[in-house]
Amino acid sequence: MATPTTSRDTILKAMRANAPQLRPLPDPPQAIVYPNPLEHFAATLAGVGGRFLKATDEADLQLQLGSLEVFQRATRIASTVPSLPGNVDLEALKNPHELEGIDLAILPGDFAVAENGAVWVPGTNLGPQRAIFVIAQHLVLVIQASTVVHNMQQAYENLNLQRPGFGVFISGPSKTADIEQSLVIGAHGARSCTVIAL
Amino acid sequence: MKGHAESAAPFVANEPRAHWHDESLWFVRVKRDRQAATVPEWEDLRSTASAIKAHTLSRLADYLEEFERNATANGIHVHWARDGAEHNAIVLKILNDHGVKRLVKSKSMLTEECHLNPYLEAHGIEVTDTDLGERIVQMRKEPPSHIVLPAIHLKKEDIGELFHIQLGTEKGASDPKYLTEAARGHLRERFLGAQAGLTGVNFAIASTGGVVVCTNEGNADMGTSLPPIHIASMGVEKIVPRPRDLAIFLRLLARSATGQPVTTYTSHFHGPLPGGEMHVVIVDNGRARILGEEAFRRSLSCIRCGACMNTCPVYRRSGGYSYGYTVPGPIGSILGPQRDPAAYGSLPFASSLCGSCTDVCPVKIDLHHELLAFRQELAKKGYLPWQKRFSMWVMGQVLARKWAFLLGGRLMRTLMPLLPRALVYGPWNPWGKQRELPPMPRESFRDLLKKEPR
Ligand code: SF4
Repeated sequence: MATPTTSRDTILKAMRANAPQLRPLPDPPQAIVYPNPLEHFAATLAGVGGRFLKATDEADLQLQLGSLEVFQRATRIASTVPSLPGNVDLEALKNPHELEGIDLAILPGDFAVAENGAVWVPGTNLGPQRAIFVIAQHLVLVIQASTVVHNMQQAYENLNLQRPGFGVFISGPSKTADIEQSLVIGAHGARSCTVIAL
Repeated sequence: MKGHAESAAPFVANEPRAHWHDESLWFVRVKRDRQAATVPEWEDLRSTASAIKAHTLSRLADYLEEFERNATANGIHVHWARDGAEHNAIVLKILNDHGVKRLVKSKSMLTEECHLNPYLEAHGIEVTDTDLGERIVQMRKEPPSHIVLPAIHLKKEDIGELFHIQLGTEKGASDPKYLTEAARGHLRERFLGAQAGLTGVNFAIASTGGVVVCTNEGNADMGTSLPPIHIASMGVEKIVPRPRDLAIFLRLLARSATGQPVTTYTSHFHGPLPGGEMHVVIVDNGRARILGEEAFRRSLSCIRCGACMNTCPVYRRSGGYSYGYTVPGPIGSILGPQRDPAAYGSLPFASSLCGSCTDVCPVKIDLHHELLAFRQELAKKGYLPWQKRFSMWVMGQVLARKWAFLLGGRLMRTLMPLLPRALVYGPWNPWGKQRELPPMPRESFRDLLKKEPR
């Protein structure tokens, strides 16, 4: 077997030899905007199996969270939202496997996207163990209502990708339709996804 | 190698099932239409996506180098593989270097193309496909029959039976929710026991040196955030220049694939887990050569959404396995023969050339034109079976001579109704296997036209 450097050079050389004539990089099209992006976000989120709640202030946020069934039923709650502490000390966990059995994760999202119900959660919002957003049985994402953008084009204009790092758009709960196209919520990740906007 | 029509025969023979398959996929196509209609700039998006791909392909080497530089700066190890064998060897070496025996994988058509699983298993690695559909076909020791919906050919009863044997679910249970729950439990164990995770790559961003993976189930995220080692396998064509270009493709991908506004998880990896390692294996496997082929290079723009399969009247009625290639359907019928014209030469003929694939393709690949071009190419290179060559030659002779054409028409009109059925619908008439010829008209169009008062 050749060394990786050789393969690299062979591939790049073949690519340069076969490259078609230079074509221009286009500008993006005008993207859709909604009269009320927050409302549209809520509707889209419902369409992908998620749930939307609006809180009026910090106290209401606590109240809304407390009224959630997933919260009331949860024994182990992990949170990276400072005003809504959970009962699991994430810093004390030695490895991600100890996250198994967490019933509810409460995480802050940086912003949300109206066109597809997605919330941007950068790795730095996930605490010491990145797996938290996918291994928890249920998910609550907390966003600021003013941060909802209209569409993905706008989203990426604002997005600051942390490097090195991780970031994820989450749109609703985990799902699959691999058995006869029947939609089943709760494939590998969260079984429910509630977004609360403040 | 059997041709498409022969391979499709067993699938077509079970009519109710073929009909059910057809309807399942049409259901997905309808969902796609509904989602596309929510975006007024849909057609502009498609044109933009197509132009971004054309641009990227014209500077592919530069963008790959830029990606490598930035990924390396992010702490990602970048490897290059000329073909499937080299890709597999690189993956095995990474696993061996870390003493990995248990690997979890999320969906990657590239690793199917490279036949990674059997290679790793032969070297003592336990490989678990974690996408539910892929896990199902892996348990059945079958390849996926669709690139987005790997188990679309199976009924819930088939899966219930499989899970009963493999996972101990109740006999006769076939409720998708119950079966999915059983798979969730089974696969969680695998995730927690894994020492490394392998994913495909939906997009790689040159300017930031990261890769993006899209899933609905969250399996790619489980597989990359529990074990410390992440290997991402990507074809050279997965690169996009900048994050803002990525936005265009993300607006198109899930809408085209399954009729969702976006996948549940769109994960951006720009480095390893703290204390872990991340590797990206960049694979050529014939793509640089295709780049040099004017007529077919646009097939490299494919973002593997599967929309062309869902809409294709031939795919829907013949099933993914009839194609015999990793990627089935219209796009597979171009990619397959590009790789090996002798083995996959019948695929460009597995199309009605209706153009529905071209209409739905989010990156505007001119699929049905390429299929037609491929037929010509294969004919020129002598890959057609003699029956086809002979009948085309006869047709050519007849159409070149007015008298032969007129005589042929007259013979058909007068003789055909008199011939016994066994003679017309013999084995030499595959077209008539499931179809009836229309009744022969008494007069030709030419005769009718002559009678018309001018
Ligand atoms: S060819 Fe187009 S429609 Fe078919 S899978 Fe690729 S991107 Fe999708």
